[in-house]
Amino acid sequence: MNNYSHIGKSIQKIDSLALATGGEKFADDFLLEQALQVVLLYSPVAHAEIVDIDTSRAEKVPGVVDILTYRNVPRVLHSTAGQGYPEPSPYDALLFDRRVRFVGDRVALVAARSEESAREALEKIRVEYRPLEPLFDMKEAMGEDAPRIHVDDEHAKIPTVYEPKRNLCAEVKIGFGDLDGGFAEADYIEEHTYRTQMVSHCAIELHTACACFDERGRLLIISSTQVPFHVRRITSHVLGIPLWMIRVIKPRIGGGFGGKQEVILEPLVAFVAWKHRSPCRIVISRKEVFVSSRTRHAMHIRLKTGMMKDGTITALRMEGLLDSGAYGTHALTVLSNVGAKVLPLFNKIENMEFHGQSVYTTLPVGGAFRGYGATQGYFAFNQQIDMIARRSGQDVLEYIKRWHIKDGETSGVFRALGEGKEGVSQTIMSCRLSECVDQGAAAIGWSEKRGKRIRRAPDVVMGVGVAVAMQGSGIPKIDMASASMKMNEDGSLNLFVGATDIGTGSDTILAQIAAEVLKVPEEKIIVLSSDTDLTPFDTGAYASSTTYISGRAVYKCAIEIRRQLLETASRMLDVEMESLSLEEGRVVDRKSGRTLTCEEIAYYATYTENQFQIQASASHTADQSPPPFIAQFAEVEVDLKTGRVTVNEFVSAVDCGQPINPQLVEGQVEGSVLQGLGYALTEEYVFDSKGKMVNSRFWDYKLFGAPDTPRMRTIIVGSREDSGPFGAKSVGEIAINGPAPAVANAIFDAAGIRLYELPMTPERVWRKLREAVSS
Amino acid sequence: MDGEFIVNGERLKVSFRPAATLLDILRREGHTEVKEGCREGQCGSCVILLKGRLVNSCQVLAASAMGKEITTVKGLGSLHAPHPIQTAFVEAGAVQCGFCTPGMILASYSLLKKNQNPDEEEIRKALDGNLCRCTGYVKIVDAIKLAARRMRTDE
Repeated sequence: MNNYSHIGKSIQKIDSLALATGGEKFADDFLLEQALQVVLLYSPVAHAEIVDIDTSRAEKVPGVVDILTYRNVPRVLHSTAGQGYPEPSPYDALLFDRRVRFVGDRVALVAARSEESAREALEKIRVEYRPLEPLFDMKEAMGEDAPRIHVDDEHAKIPTVYEPKRNLCAEVKIGFGDLDGGFAEADYIEEHTYRTQMVSHCAIELHTACACFDERGRLLIISSTQVPFHVRRITSHVLGIPLWMIRVIKPRIGGGFGGKQEVILEPLVAFVAWKHRSPCRIVISRKEVFVSSRTRHAMHIRLKTGMMKDGTITALRMEGLLDSGAYGTHALTVLSNVGAKVLPLFNKIENMEFHGQSVYTTLPVGGAFRGYGATQGYFAFNQQIDMIARRSGQDVLEYIKRWHIKDGETSGVFRALGEGKEGVSQTIMSCRLSECVDQGAAAIGWSEKRGKRIRRAPDVVMGVGVAVAMQGSGIPKIDMASASMKMNEDGSLNLFVGATDIGTGSDTILAQIAAEVLKVPEEKIIVLSSDTDLTPFDTGAYASSTTYISGRAVYKCAIEIRRQLLETASRMLDVEMESLSLEEGRVVDRKSGRTLTCEEIAYYATYTENQFQIQASASHTADQSPPPFIAQFAEVEVDLKTGRVTVNEFVSAVDCGQPINPQLVEGQVEGSVLQGLGYALTEEYVFDSKGKMVNSRFWDYKLFGAPDTPRMRTIIVGSREDSGPFGAKSVGEIAINGPAPAVANAIFDAAGIRLYELPMTPERVWRKLREAVSS
Repeated sequence: MDGEFIVNGERLKVSFRPAATLLDILRREGHTEVKEGCREGQCGSCVILLKGRLVNSCQVLAASAMGKEITTVKGLGSLHAPHPIQTAFVEAGAVQCGFCTPGMILASYSLLKKNQNPDEEEIRKALDGNLCRCTGYVKIVDAIKLAARRMRTDE
């Protein structure tokens, strides 16, 4: 194995003590003197045109400073999706529009000197709506006579299929081989439709932003965002404020999971601040986060596989219908990912087709969510694999190990399907999925439990199930990250990164990467991240990019610092650079044995002769996106009388390349698993017949609490990805893909019923049990 | 209304509207270590100790707490002199985004005051009022076990 001093060590997260003692600041913890309070009025109807807005009574409320509606804000079409430029999401949103497209779409804004005044004024705004036909069903929305949801000059920024006249906001179709021939030669066909629901990220920190001015009149935005640089760009575009006049700071962030990859609140506070030359802030409530921020896209996935008796898959067709809701944020890229992150996993299927459509409806808006389409796709895929293995009489674990993609192999899907456009072909260089399967199976006790239907009580049957998945590491040829470093005279270093730590620990692992290259203690790497004035660019915290892309930028930057350090030492010692080695805290001349501490070198460079600062910067983009792999196992108990499913234990065995910080890797996996179990079993948006969400509170939208959480185990199956920093791949998203299908497969193992729809509530399970009995 | 609280041992004089919650007032007065996650008494981010009892400060009217002693996570320990529970959270990796952490630590403190040697089930039950979306609770439970062990041996 390797000899790292800093990599692969579970050092403490650099901000954790300050967080545990309450000193760190989140975006709403900056107390702005005299800040205007901003509140929003939302549409109570799913689809309507605003005929009139009467704000006259609201304006008279003492303390009210401004009321904004579609009448008095700039009309600039944009996408709120915090993605690279040009965004692959359509430009279909306005700050305020005269049309509302879902219950919760924003109608007006009140800025007032106090929140009470603002709320009082909100109550006094009278809006007259001309109702339009709502569309809650994707197939109806695509019908011939369906009303259009977007009727003006909405458009796509990139060449892609975008047809708002039929409520189609994205379409992707790829394929290869002879699909019909493949199905024709099959011994059996499996074809099923899987339905996944809308869910909320539920970061415990609410969404918030504030805006104020620095001493010289530039606008400072402090936001709970995953994408500070995209916030700056999009705010500038929408408001016409020059980009150079805006500074965005991301302080500590209380979780994101994709929910804060969206630029929704920042342009509003920026507009109010800019117009009134006054600081201002907004914090939206939990209910507003549920309804009016972003969700995981609900999907219908129809999966058809043809197979030979021995289990060989002769053809596969996946058809996805993605409910984008009222706006098209991430609708194209999430849709693409359903195929792109799932189908390469079984790369030996010769005849394949993926066809997806994203559809506008008058429901809350989908967006980025950890897993990003892969989660929806794997729910279908892993159940189908379980069926195929069973039908061919094989243990599903052996089946997976035989057919999954291996080192040195590729898949036609990589090239055919990227994020919203053609993909990038790549060869897998690090895959230990088979080892993940073996180690996870041993941990869960697969051979003792699978197919045994053990009963601990007369009506309670146990089963085990497995799911496998891959994800990516950043978006190839699109994501870019940069880092800069400077060395102080004591040998410590300031590390500036655009990378956005949203609670993942990225500041810590980036410091570990720099420390490993430069052989200094991590505490001497002083990290400053995510400040658009001070740190270099980074696309942000999404697409599992930070370790792999930002980490590599830090690595390159540190290599250049090391070169300067050695060069300075060579001048000081008057020896060739080649004879010098960097060891912990010092440079050694291998020939003479003479040494210099890094501090001596830095002092020399700073003060003594030919003075200069040891400093460097570097950027990184990648031509590939090496996938991490995971095998996840659920042991469940199904209560045959009530339909209640209890997860006893959940095991994840993950290949994320070299783990930079194993404890943080485990944290990412465990958090993903629990979020995935909520997706599997309890979480969903419930709407009334008018399209209003009726469970927008934690009382009614059930997150797992500590008492309900099953035993969880995480096994890190290390591999080495040479293109990543010290062999690392990503780990932030992958583990959310397995819980739903692993639990579904375990339910089948226990009770012989297939759940094609999420969440797998006691009622749905009970109905299936009853159907099974009656048939 | 005018009133006074004792926050982390220090007197805090405040004026507030009758409808103001303790959460509103504490945050307004700079105690931003008390977090707002739902305002419905469900997430536990805003918990404090009110006369030693764990309460959701979003569910307590400031007016009803006048004159009373309030402890926030800053009252347990500081960056330079952390409480063993705070240190245990750091070491066990129980702090991810850290937003639920102040509430989790106060809930842990409240448990360990009553029960010095809680088992896993008792720990999980004590955290029932505190939601975490980052950790899956695994390392939070580990942290509490670690803190309990250290606090027992110290005493």
